[in-house]
Amino acid sequence: MRPIAISVDTPEISRSLCARRGYTYTFLSDVNAEVIKRYDLLHAGAGKNGQDIARPAEFLLDSSGTVRWVNLTDDFRVRAGPEQMIEAAKLLQ
Amino acid sequence: MNWPIWAGFLISLAALGSYPLFFAQFPVTGDVPWVNFSMFGAAAVMLTAGLRRAFSSQALYRGKIAGPILTVASVAVMGFFVFLVFFESRGLPASHGAPQVGQKAPDFTLPDINGNPVSLAGLLAEAQATADNNGQPPRGVLLIFYRGYW
Repeated sequence: MRPIAISVDTPEISRSLCARRGYTYTFLSDVNAEVIKRYDLLHAGAGKNGQDIARPAEFLLDSSGTVRWVNLTDDFRVRAGPEQMIEAAKLLQ
Repeated sequence: MNWPIWAGFLISLAALGSYPLFFAQFPVTGDVPWVNFSMFGAAAVMLTAGLRRAFSSQALYRGKIAGPILTVASVAVMGFFVFLVFFESRGLPASHGAPQVGQKAPDFTLPDINGNPVSLAGLLAEAQATADNNGQPPRGVLLIFYRGYW
């Protein structure tokens, strides 16, 4: 299972985040929130200075691109933890 | 000096500030902010004790003016915290159009941290190829949308 993190942050911001925290998985930049809108995950005006950002959400896809597990939290303080994600990954086997 | 009043007020400020700065980072203290609510509880005990001293032993302790002011301020701080935790953070859009289990995830291409374009189709092909080469069951891709570091 390969984690892909997506946000409206620019590649530069994500790069410094990765350098600072030692993250090695893939970070993608959706600066104009186009993909975030396509996935209906836009949280309009919720970012700093009223920037449109993504609401937290996780999708587990099998290798055909079919969604096998979704987590749409109703509280942005409460996210899926690693245990939940690993449990979900068992669906792929 | 009637110190419990001031201690209560400072503890309530710490209860508000320590959540975003520290306790929110860990699911065990972040999902349900029990540490911060305990701190507000301690602040309430302090303020009550201080107010009681200020009004029952007026000759010994000060705080008849500062006490009520700091108590009201502490209650406001706690009210703000409750608002953030129970209302603000739940104001999320419904996302009815998000891909559901069994549906295909829409393809996309986005730049990675080095500015190189990465497509979902490419990631999925890679996942399949890794599985084929190793004779393992196909691996998946976990898309994690997050609010951004700002």
